[in-house]
Amino acid sequence: MSTSQHSVSPQSAGRIARLGAYLDQPKVLAWLMLGPAVLYVVAFVGFPFLLAIALSLSDATIGDPSLDTFVGLANFRTVIQTDAFQLALRNSLIVTAGTLALVLVLATLASELLVHAFRGKRLFQMIFILPWAMPVSLTAIVWMWFLDSTFSPVDWVLLQLGLLGPGGVWGPFKHLYFLGNEWLGLASVIVADTWRMLPLATIIVLAGRMSIPEERFEQARIDGAGVFRILFHITLPALKPMLIVAILFTGLLVIGEMSLVQLLTRGGPGHSTQVLPYWAYLKGIEGGSLAQGAAIALCLFPFLLVASVLALRAAYRSQEA
Amino acid sequence: MAVLTLRALEKHYGSIKAVTGVDLQLEEGEFLAVLGPSGSGKSTLMRMVAGLESPTAGDILVDGKSVINVPPQHRNVAMVFQSFALYPHMSVRDNILFPLVSRKVPRQEHAARLEKATRMLGVEDLLDRRPNRLSGGQKQRVALARALVRQPELFVFDEPLSALDAQIRSRARAELRELHDQTRITTLYVTHDQVEAMGLADRVAVINEGRLHQVGTPHELYNDPADLFVAGFIGNPPMNLIPIDQTTIAGIRPEDMLVDPEGDIADVAIDLVVTIEHLEYLGSEWLVHGQFQPGDGANSKPLHVIARLPANSHPEFVTGQTCRMVGLRKNVCLFDRASGKRRANGRAGA
Repeated sequence: MSTSQHSVSPQSAGRIARLGAYLDQPKVLAWLMLGPAVLYVVAFVGFPFLLAIALSLSDATIGDPSLDTFVGLANFRTVIQTDAFQLALRNSLIVTAGTLALVLVLATLASELLVHAFRGKRLFQMIFILPWAMPVSLTAIVWMWFLDSTFSPVDWVLLQLGLLGPGGVWGPFKHLYFLGNEWLGLASVIVADTWRMLPLATIIVLAGRMSIPEERFEQARIDGAGVFRILFHITLPALKPMLIVAILFTGLLVIGEMSLVQLLTRGGPGHSTQVLPYWAYLKGIEGGSLAQGAAIALCLFPFLLVASVLALRAAYRSQEA
Repeated sequence: MAVLTLRALEKHYGSIKAVTGVDLQLEEGEFLAVLGPSGSGKSTLMRMVAGLESPTAGDILVDGKSVINVPPQHRNVAMVFQSFALYPHMSVRDNILFPLVSRKVPRQEHAARLEKATRMLGVEDLLDRRPNRLSGGQKQRVALARALVRQPELFVFDEPLSALDAQIRSRARAELRELHDQTRITTLYVTHDQVEAMGLADRVAVINEGRLHQVGTPHELYNDPADLFVAGFIGNPPMNLIPIDQTTIAGIRPEDMLVDPEGDIADVAIDLVVTIEHLEYLGSEWLVHGQFQPGDGANSKPLHVIARLPANSHPEFVTGQTCRMVGLRKNVCLFDRASGKRRANGRAGA
């Protein structure tokens, strides 16, 4: 060991210790820990959001993407008046509401099932979570085959049951053409969305269900309540905060989702199964009108903001009570 | 009001026997406490009566009719849980009315029944509050009002006082007994606290490891324990259990132990040379803790013994000092060492 090492190392150790002590201050440490998350939000949420607002107020196109001309709300006026936009808005609301209704009922039932111990529960849970682990595109492909105009197993089952085909209740055709029809198309999107969103909603609701003490249900049984009274007067009120959280997450994820519609129906026939995010994409990216695309996408924002704030406040209040 | 009969009741969880061979009868209007340490099977027993568990074997009869296959919502048994299990999202009024609504009692009867129950428990002023705005004592009263409002034929209590603060527990105990004296509803009261059981109940059933050891009045349990478990469980501190020969164990209450008696004494059953360990002053009394070498030769480990002296006796022992402790024949219970059972000729006079 040389003498120089001896003279340097205490000094550098002191410097490291000083740095450590500096970083260890709550204020510094807090920013250090929060920094990456804040950066991420600013770069990938905040900036694109502001850019979208700027674009929607300009006349930017793919060919001329500069923000030099301010046109006010002209883009909003233009897009709102088109039939495609109005259909897309209607369909977005129908798909989201339909998915929410189905998901809430099924998630409540599933959590009621999963809270009890039964043989094979772990395997069931694993299979149950799979749709959530699957990429959206894969989900869409699975459902495309399931609802295929020629090879749909659903059609085949209905045919065997005599509901479809010559003399059947649903007409003489051998196929329902799920994805080639306005209402069946929307229903298909709702079912596929429900299938995809159910695991997340169930996990949220199940967490709430497991926090209800068993004694409360036993007390209700002793008080004379039957299955339905317990469900509607004991279980659901206790689940309310978690149901609101599930609505919020499912709703926001579904209303902003375009790949399912893009892959299943391409918004057709015509614009009959069009939804807002996909229409914004078609108009803004495929159609090249950046400004109008941004305006379409932003139309949902005020509704989502108000809905989110109201839902979070309701969840907070019902948890307090 | 009803007669509750348990016949050869068994409950097994796999190979674990939670309750075995319990025979018990609660007379009409009786307040019976089931007393046992934790894990003794007392809660399982109570849950079977309420219908929350179904027995493995045996029968439960209310007024002579078996209720084994009747689900809890169709038994007229009201239960108060240790946690009170109030419905947090309902007002006190809705909590109390819930059993009436669930049992489809005609709406026009609700107001009168609510009024009667809330007046008895003194919770009229709390009706619009939520349970989380109530104190422990108020929660207990609301839970009692909810149990009372449907006029059950049987009350089942699961340690309803143990969630209360120590200061209000003794008052709540007195109020519970007064409530029972007013309503005369047959009551099964489960507790691990012997002060509650002895202070409240007409009779106490002592249970351990799923088996009933003795059923009797508090007086009987204290003065005539049926076996070694009851002797070692009832009383605080419990009986001193002193082996006197290969087959016999003698039990004597700490307050019956004579410390350094003067003069001649006759009819001595226990005569020990005790090394003092320490003195404990409890305000109204002294506890003298000591140990002695058992003379039966079966084991050589020293055993612990406690004597209780009145507060005015001012004992002046120091640790390590020896004294004489004597038990008179009339105060001693004799138990068979192998079976643990009380000997028939265990005591001359009670």
